[in-house]
Amino acid sequence: MMQTPLRKLQRTSAPVYGSSACKPYRCRVTRRVQENDDTFTVELTPVSARQHGAFTPGQFNMLYIFGMGEIPISISGDPADPDRLVHTTRAVGAVTRPMATLHEGDVIGVRGPFGTHWPLEALKGKDIVIVCGGIGLAPLRPALYQLVANRGDYERVVLLYGARTPEDILYRTEVERWRSRFDLEVYVTVDRATGDWHGNVGLVTALIPRAPFEPRNAAALLCGPEVMMRYAVQALQKRGIGAAQTWLSLERNMKCGMAMCGHCQFGPHIVCRDGPVFRMDQIQRFFGKWEV
Amino acid sequence: MTEYKQSDGAFIVERADLQQLLVTLQAHGYTAIGPQVEHDAIVYDELTHVNALPIGWTDVQDGGSYRLERRADDALFGYTVGAQSWKRFLSPPLRMLWRARKTPDGFEFVDEASPPPRYALIGVRACDLHALQRLDAIYTGGAVIDDDYQARRNAAFIVAVNCGQAGSTCFCASLGTGPEVGPGYDLALTELLDDGHRFVVVVGSVRGAEVLAEVPHRTATEGEIELAETVVTQAASQMGRTLETAGLQELLYRSIEHPHWDEVAERCLTCGNCTLVCPTCFCFTIEETTDLTGEIAERWRRTDSCFSTAFSFISSGSIRTSAKARYRQWLTHKLAGWQDQFDSIGCVGCGRCITWCPVGIDLTAEVAALRAEDTGQPIAEPPLEMM
Repeated sequence: MMQTPLRKLQRTSAPVYGSSACKPYRCRVTRRVQENDDTFTVELTPVSARQHGAFTPGQFNMLYIFGMGEIPISISGDPADPDRLVHTTRAVGAVTRPMATLHEGDVIGVRGPFGTHWPLEALKGKDIVIVCGGIGLAPLRPALYQLVANRGDYERVVLLYGARTPEDILYRTEVERWRSRFDLEVYVTVDRATGDWHGNVGLVTALIPRAPFEPRNAAALLCGPEVMMRYAVQALQKRGIGAAQTWLSLERNMKCGMAMCGHCQFGPHIVCRDGPVFRMDQIQRFFGKWEV
Repeated sequence: MTEYKQSDGAFIVERADLQQLLVTLQAHGYTAIGPQVEHDAIVYDELTHVNALPIGWTDVQDGGSYRLERRADDALFGYTVGAQSWKRFLSPPLRMLWRARKTPDGFEFVDEASPPPRYALIGVRACDLHALQRLDAIYTGGAVIDDDYQARRNAAFIVAVNCGQAGSTCFCASLGTGPEVGPGYDLALTELLDDGHRFVVVVGSVRGAEVLAEVPHRTATEGEIELAETVVTQAASQMGRTLETAGLQELLYRSIEHPHWDEVAERCLTCGNCTLVCPTCFCFTIEETTDLTGEIAERWRRTDSCFSTAFSFISSGSIRTSAKARYRQWLTHKLAGWQDQFDSIGCVGCGRCITWCPVGIDLTAEVAALRAEDTGQPIAEPPLEMM
């Protein structure tokens, strides 16, 4: 009947919630860029000698505004330059709105990096098809940096990007620069053409049927609104890229980033730990199911 | 220090000597927490004298109903469980994680470490002991340790009590989580009321033995040990409900689009009572506050419930706005997702969620309903059409 009480088995070597793991480290805003109407980018440098943790494309940090709150935001800088921590976000909530008013020199808190990444190492030798909508380009920019830096390791690299209007195109200068390269296939579409836009108009999923890639040797990386990703997955499957070769990044409410608070549950998955980047066949049982 | 040995057997502490147990625990630096009658319910609160226990009271529970009634005897533990569970003492519902002060370089942490409280939990039932072990897996079994929980848990002295009667909403017997207390206690009591009010005491740890050594006791007779076993067997036979666990995880996963969720949603008020009374529901939210000057900021951790729309709020709004989706989330996490996370279900059969649901939604009945209409196949989803 007697056994060792469970508490004797407890480990003590793991990170401790109350101290290190839930306390942000301080970072100074060294650069701030207004990307478009409601979207901005901040570059962060640690205040003390502490270095940013190395990150892999697709991971996120918890950003803390003193006394206001903390939110998960994906990292959108270059993984080869981890000293410059870059985050792009939209001013839509109780934390991102004050975040939008930050100036160079201001200090915020950072915890992370957390979560899974785009499996770029494992995809060498393949065509890479990136499909993203709106701010969904932000968590894929580190992947693009890495693909471009190691361009010879991959076959075709295709970026299919959809924005609401031409003014909403994120990282426009960079997207134009990528589009001018002979070794990248960049297609941009907008929901609504304004000004002198003469490019594609329509949903990003409409670019998939005629995008240049070899389905038998291609992998897709997706980020955008969930409904966009549902239809993108379907269009990719029609072209022959199956669920086992499709990765997508999910957004869920996150409070702790340490798989403890329960907020980011998605079926059996804990998005902050098992995600945000999932392989489609691992989640397809629940993906797109109503309000899961 | 002598090692505790399982062969040490069972002992008898007379009712008249039970106060000495509390006195000893206090002398060992523990704050005793035990059941007491308050506001027509049995609640857990600081306990300094055994006479403050709910002497001669029992509870009558059913879906959406809880009433205290007088017993014919003076039993100290003649009831099952009230609305509260022990989690509030080991994982307080509201707790400050840190405090920081604004500085020219941003902010600095102002540390105020305080020693964890040393609680002696008096009257922990089998289901609730299992619940504490489920919380151990959550807070101390993962990649990150909740140090506050761990400190409180390690310090806690557990006096378990075997159930002598089951409530109608109880179903621990079908889950193997009771009514006999399993391992993990320091001392386990079984109340005997036959001739002479006394307690059969089993020692579960070295410190349990050390405490018992300071309480008048004698070795239990064969007859008394048998009697104690009968008490528990009797409680097991009184269980009003059962939860069939075979294939439960798959049943819930393939029932994501089951029509029964609509039926539950017609009754569910999404009040979150079930998550508050559940001894294993652990989800929390993080809140940031500042003082009036804005110079001092604090991070607080507060119990949260998956029944609130805020729980799943993201930039585009709440993921789970419907009652149906929120109830489904709760039940599916508790019985299926929990197994992926912690290799057990998140239910210990205490029945609190049934009793304290204002409309009497019964988890065991909802699972049975899903099972009754289960085809063994996921319900087919209409194919996606291109926009």
